[in-house]
Amino acid sequence: MISVNSEKLGSWLKKNLFSTPLNSFISIILITVIFKVSVPFIQWLLVDSVWTGTAADCRQANGACLAFIREKATFILFGFYPREILWRPIVSVILFIGMIWYSKEPHRWNKRLLWRWLKLTLLIALLMKGGIFGFEAVEIEKWGGLPLTLMLSFIGILFSYPLGIFLALGRRSEMPIIKGFCVIYIELIRGVPLISLLFMASVMLPFFLPDGLILPKLIRAQVAIIIFMAAYMSEVIRGGLASIPKGQYEAADGLGLTYWQKMTLIILPQALKVVIPPTVNTMIGMFKDTSLVLIIALFDLLMTTKSALKDASWLGFSVEAYLFVAVIYFIFCFSMGKYSRRLEVEFNRGVRS
Amino acid sequence: MSSNSKEIPFWSDPQKRSIAFQALALIAIITFSFILYGNAQTNLAKQNIATGFGFLNLEAGFDIADPPIEYWSDDPYWKALVVGVINTFKVSVIGNIFALIFGTFVGIILLSKNWLAAKMAKTYVEVVRNVPLLLQLFFWYAIFVDVFPSVKEALNPFGKLYLSQRGIVFPVFAEHAVWNWVWLAIFIAFVISFFVRSASVKKRREKGESFNPWPIMILTLLGLPLITWAIGGAPTEISSPELGGFNFRGGYTISPEMVSLIFGLILYTSAFIAEIVRAGIQSVDKGQWEASESLGITKNQTMALVILPQALRVIIPPVTSQILNLTKNSSLAVAIGFADFVSVANTTMNQTGQAIECVLLIMAVYLFFSLSTSLFMNWYNKRVALVER
Repeated sequence: MISVNSEKLGSWLKKNLFSTPLNSFISIILITVIFKVSVPFIQWLLVDSVWTGTAADCRQANGACLAFIREKATFILFGFYPREILWRPIVSVILFIGMIWYSKEPHRWNKRLLWRWLKLTLLIALLMKGGIFGFEAVEIEKWGGLPLTLMLSFIGILFSYPLGIFLALGRRSEMPIIKGFCVIYIELIRGVPLISLLFMASVMLPFFLPDGLILPKLIRAQVAIIIFMAAYMSEVIRGGLASIPKGQYEAADGLGLTYWQKMTLIILPQALKVVIPPTVNTMIGMFKDTSLVLIIALFDLLMTTKSALKDASWLGFSVEAYLFVAVIYFIFCFSMGKYSRRLEVEFNRGVRS
Repeated sequence: MSSNSKEIPFWSDPQKRSIAFQALALIAIITFSFILYGNAQTNLAKQNIATGFGFLNLEAGFDIADPPIEYWSDDPYWKALVVGVINTFKVSVIGNIFALIFGTFVGIILLSKNWLAAKMAKTYVEVVRNVPLLLQLFFWYAIFVDVFPSVKEALNPFGKLYLSQRGIVFPVFAEHAVWNWVWLAIFIAFVISFFVRSASVKKRREKGESFNPWPIMILTLLGLPLITWAIGGAPTEISSPELGGFNFRGGYTISPEMVSLIFGLILYTSAFIAEIVRAGIQSVDKGQWEASESLGITKNQTMALVILPQALRVIIPPVTSQILNLTKNSSLAVAIGFADFVSVANTTMNQTGQAIECVLLIMAVYLFFSLSTSLFMNWYNKRVALVER
């Protein structure tokens, strides 16, 4: 058995790593580089690292200071939320992840799902805010960390998706005023960086609100993110609308359907399905982009990490902290990306049969 | 008079309905804008904030590290903002050039037959694409601040290049008036080469055969700057970094903020460009490879002359949006303290309180960058587009 396996391995190696002299040369160099980089890294992360203790213990060792992560993990994940009632943000995160998991099956994509998401959003907001049913009230300024990042991205998706559909329909409309407005909106938003919209939300929007109405900064940032996301969503959806053959539109007209019947019953169900993989990719981009809210001083996952690093007794462990948060972001984004690729394969299979 | 047109009430006539609907939408938008405008007027009057761009002539009062043009803290705000625009432009141009080169390179490696090389490229792409850019910028910046040693113990990987908390220092030619002229000569040489090449291509299209443009192009590209340099007195003095006191003297220093920003932007955007290039190459029909193989064209030539030109048509539109993304993402400089346009505008906003004007300025500048890039890329896309006969 072993000889067969080693033979297989040998031929695999020859084919994939050592097929030509140049290839062998490249392979050997790459193997050396991998060893030179990964061995010290693993030593730093696992062998020489300090798991428990104080900053002084960490400074004496040569390895990663994982004690710092242990000390600050709660703050990084949940910000300033009161420690005694930490179960509320934890339950919120679990609800969010559960709902994302529930939404991933294509057969559940209908209007009911949208309503469920809306209800869940309200539930999570109540849970975080408290103040009723005997729950202690927690000010919105104390929300932070992972729940905040999830909220900004998924509530952003929830509202920007329908808005994006309207904008895409508007851009393809035959009414010049509607079309002009949608084109200007989409191109204007896509032409400026998200930061400028967040600045708008944090410093400019208060001037435009009626006298006496004060919205918390989190809500204003959420509005900016929705406005921003909708423009990108609409461009993805417009691609889907364009891919539907003309015959579908004509057939719907021929049946005497009204514009909204034609769109909601015939065109949109097909168009939205075609562009699901790029839609998920846009969502991944938006999930990453919510980290920009730290520039207007909201305590998202990245901002809590940055402020944990400012603790005077734990200075200088930023590499460990950033790697820790990078892993969290990576898990979310990578699994969404994998999911999008799986859908792509599934849908392509459907088209061919 | 037929009774037909009378039977249709106006709300069932699509044309009339469309006009009514648009009129309603227009009224709604205008009313909404008026309400916003009114609110802003009341709020600004209440807080005693003057509107308008008069503040641009006031003294800025803040310093900018390594300004690309002469700038002092007693210069007016508009000059500080110009410094910001130049910095944004500089970072975007350098970042985009390197991201395009590196991204294409990685994209080709993704398709490599060498399993290890392809896997490494894939890992790089996956890791970089799934972590927020801002986090990556913080990470690279932290490497400078927390990991690299102080100036006195600066790392010296090779030659006279030093890495320390203060950034990267390396030797350059000492300042001399002729270097500006040499840069100009290089630019002119590129323009001339471009025209020589177009002339050669044009002649080949018309007559079927043409002169080889490369000797002339290489001669211009090397000769023109060299002659300029020789006429200007051929300065050879080199300014090398020497440790003196608390910092390096001489040489050219790139600040840690700028290195982390440019490096982070290049790594991030390259990963996206690599995926686009890979998909573009794969979109070219396999028959094209087989056909050129049977014509006896080598693999590298096939790639350069047959596959890439066809793949470009698929690649250019999405790469355009990556170029635009890099330009917009350079605004993250504000988070690590590099004086790009957004960060100068942000400081201006905090000092003067002119929030509305500053945000509008930011939007106008980026819209200008975005639109001009789009126009250029559309022109280029038309040039390489398939000419159907």
